[in-house]
Amino acid sequence: MSREWYRLTAHELRDAVRSGETTAAEVTQSFLNRIKAVDGKVQAYTDVWEDHALRQAEKVDAKLKRGEDAGPLAGVPVGVKDVFCTKVGTTTCCSKILKGYRSPFDATIIEKLDAAGGIFLGKLNMDEFAMGSSTENSAVQITHNPWNLACVPGGSSGGSAAAIAADECAIALGSDTGGSIRQPAACCGCVGLKPTYGRVSRYGLVAFASSLDQVGPFTKDMKDMALALNVLCGLDPRDSTSSDTPVPDFTRALRDDVSDITVGLPKEYFTDALGGDVRTRVEAAVNVLKGLGAKVIDVSLPHTDYAIAVYYIICTAEASANLARFDGVRYGYRSPNVTDVRDMYVNSKTEAFGPEVRRRIMLGTYVLSSGYYDAYYLKAQKVRTLIRQDFQKAFEKCDVILTPTSPTPAFKLGEKTADPLEMYLSDIYTISVNLASIPGMSMPCGLTESGLPVGLQILGKPFDEETVLRVGYTYEQHRNLEMGVPPIA
Amino acid sequence: MEYEAVIGMEVHVELNTASKMFCSCSTRFHAPPNTNVCPICLGMPGVLPVMNKRAVEFAVAAGLALNCTIARWSKMDRKNYFYPDLAKNYQISQYDLPLCHDGCIQITVNGETKRIGITRAHLEEDTARNTHTLGGGVSGIDFNRSGVPLLEIVTEPDISSADEAFAYLTQLKRILQYLEVSDCNMEEGSLRAEANVSIRPAGAKEFGVKTEVKNVASFSGVQKAIEFEIARQRQLLDEGGTILQETRGWDADRGITVSQRSKESAHDYRYFPEPDLVPLAVDEAWEAKIRETLPELPRARWTRLQEEYGLSAYDADVLTASRGMADYFEITVKAGAAAKPAANWIMGDLQALLVKTGVAIETCKVSSGELAAMIRLIDDGTISGKIAKDVLLEMFETGKSAKSIVEARGLVQISDENELTKVVASVVAANPGPVDDFRNGKEKALGFLVGQVMKATKGKANPKLVNDILMKALER
Repeated sequence: MSREWYRLTAHELRDAVRSGETTAAEVTQSFLNRIKAVDGKVQAYTDVWEDHALRQAEKVDAKLKRGEDAGPLAGVPVGVKDVFCTKVGTTTCCSKILKGYRSPFDATIIEKLDAAGGIFLGKLNMDEFAMGSSTENSAVQITHNPWNLACVPGGSSGGSAAAIAADECAIALGSDTGGSIRQPAACCGCVGLKPTYGRVSRYGLVAFASSLDQVGPFTKDMKDMALALNVLCGLDPRDSTSSDTPVPDFTRALRDDVSDITVGLPKEYFTDALGGDVRTRVEAAVNVLKGLGAKVIDVSLPHTDYAIAVYYIICTAEASANLARFDGVRYGYRSPNVTDVRDMYVNSKTEAFGPEVRRRIMLGTYVLSSGYYDAYYLKAQKVRTLIRQDFQKAFEKCDVILTPTSPTPAFKLGEKTADPLEMYLSDIYTISVNLASIPGMSMPCGLTESGLPVGLQILGKPFDEETVLRVGYTYEQHRNLEMGVPPIA
Repeated sequence: MEYEAVIGMEVHVELNTASKMFCSCSTRFHAPPNTNVCPICLGMPGVLPVMNKRAVEFAVAAGLALNCTIARWSKMDRKNYFYPDLAKNYQISQYDLPLCHDGCIQITVNGETKRIGITRAHLEEDTARNTHTLGGGVSGIDFNRSGVPLLEIVTEPDISSADEAFAYLTQLKRILQYLEVSDCNMEEGSLRAEANVSIRPAGAKEFGVKTEVKNVASFSGVQKAIEFEIARQRQLLDEGGTILQETRGWDADRGITVSQRSKESAHDYRYFPEPDLVPLAVDEAWEAKIRETLPELPRARWTRLQEEYGLSAYDADVLTASRGMADYFEITVKAGAAAKPAANWIMGDLQALLVKTGVAIETCKVSSGELAAMIRLIDDGTISGKIAKDVLLEMFETGKSAKSIVEARGLVQISDENELTKVVASVVAANPGPVDDFRNGKEKALGFLVGQVMKATKGKANPKLVNDILMKALER
């Protein structure tokens, strides 16, 4: 009689596998069974690699049997957002234009997780090319929030967050360009961290907006987050923008102590517009930290109002170039209705990109066009600098900044699909963080009256993920919340 | 009306780094299609570029040789356009902050020296190569060239004639070859030149409308295309027409330029800074280190060869055409040959053999030391200059020393007066007609008689002695 291994955290699983209490194969099978049982409802996975996962598990078990070190994540099942290149299976970014595309190489982080003993269970659903906040822009399927199947899981890494919440993997990989890790983590009640830009290699992450994209993990708790970061972070010679800043042992940052911490609350985020359960849950979390000795002060991020406009100029500009390569010439979808090269470009892209992707390519093309560049792109870059300076100044006074992750809990499927601007506002608290290149994490801080998770966002100074982890860990130890488990369980 | 031409050149050269600009693929030219490729130069999803440090060093070396200022801080930009030979549908290039800027080189045309300003020299990646000759309505793309580092060198509009353009290209190629940063092989496409040509009334300050001349396969082609374009524009203006700003292709077969694309359909390249690469920082220390590696440049060497060896400007120019030839010349002189004969032998017989066989001077079987030894044999009268031509040919073919060839073939010059006097006497006796002719004032007959003496001695007779002895014999 096998236990319900899928309920455990990554560090519990790793310890159980290493100690011989169970095997990687048994753990993997437990998760595969869990996926079979619940994923029909959640639809987090677009592709499950059953055979590959079991083969990987056997290798880990064989290593342990030989007495070798099987890695810091030995036997830990991992789900992979479909934005990462993997030699196994397909890499589609949940777009019709890459349907059936097989990458000839593994992303750097896939290599790292493999070497650390992780077991890949398969690919997870996402908004097409990571553009969206609800995962409804996927060309493959709709993912449902395990806490309420009528609600979205957030996005763009909705599959990753839902898979963690529904116990369909112990660690999930995501990417975050404007909130795509933190907002779904908030919606699904799990921990999601976007590291400092440059902390984690982007090699093998299919680019959306290169100066904003960052890779990060979803986990069930803070200890798993530290373990995952230990594996993922570090300089990669294949990514010129990755940083040589030394990578600490993040597990050592998990100290139950905030007595010397100053918490900043940006007044531009806690306006009258923020109300209801989100506000009360976040304020309760702040009070927990205050009660533990943290100093709480108000800070100001004066250029907050411009963040969304700046973001949608920069990210669309970069996306318009990054997505130009999907042209039907070398790989991916090629329209059958073609008489010349121009037709091939126009028809392939029109037929295979979804409406949100097309919208952003057009926006980006526009803002870079001759005559508009200075007014849009150049000005946006300047304001981006101001936003970055806002955070620098705020961090002169505090160690971390606390905010809600998202202004609302998970919304209903279909609720915002007709109004792109309304959808963009879901990321109002997360977008500035990417513009400022600083680390940000979302962790659960309670449920709304209607039983949906609320996310607390903790922001840190550049390359100071340790303080973010420490504050999150301390809060985790003292939050006295009965989150319970999602109804799907 | 009198017109003057205003010409600027844009030259692309492939830098001959071992690997491509952003990946580790080989840059080798003659590889089978699509064998020097990887996910990066194919523009697959998820890849990132990593700058080739050598490419930067080569570009900086070229910039220094072109007397440019090297930017302490520059960056790469994305140049966006759609074309099947462009893997990512953007080219990583440099837009507003080129690596090298504000330089110049000196050219000499008809004895006059002129400064040609270099506006900028920037790094970018090459595109793939499209092929439309596969048949069956199929076009092929060879990505071997995709991502090969290119240096684009742009001049000020300082060039005033087709001859100056030719001289500029020759000098530029020479500099880049001396630096060994590019093969500058126009046939293989490692050097591509475009000319912006306009004319204006002589002395006018404003520029005329320019046309961009492309598709030229050789320096002389550039020269002809510019000549044609100047004449075409002049005729057009004289007839009251207007010049359109456009791109014109050179049709070498017909010897004319043909309109290809007008300004109205010009691209909007939507340049923006490449976010996948960090800014390019070349600090003073790095620049100094690269400067130390620069060889003596062709112009400096040209001047020095004239001063140090007393060579004419022309000879110095021919000898500095390549670093290899200039090195060869100087080593030959160091090995004991006099400068002028060394120059003549290298520029004359040796060069002819090299051209005929396609052998490079660096790999030819005649070492500079052996050439010097051969020249010394002429100097000390062991062989005649005429015999030496045959000796050099055998040296070139076999790699044997001059001395061993002369000994083996018994080619030592006859300088024995008694022996030659006998030969002369018999020639005079056997040719009474020409002897009479000479004595009657027909100078030409002397040449015939000398030839007969040489024939009798199988060319080994010392020509000066033969002349002297023959003159004495004829005076009698």
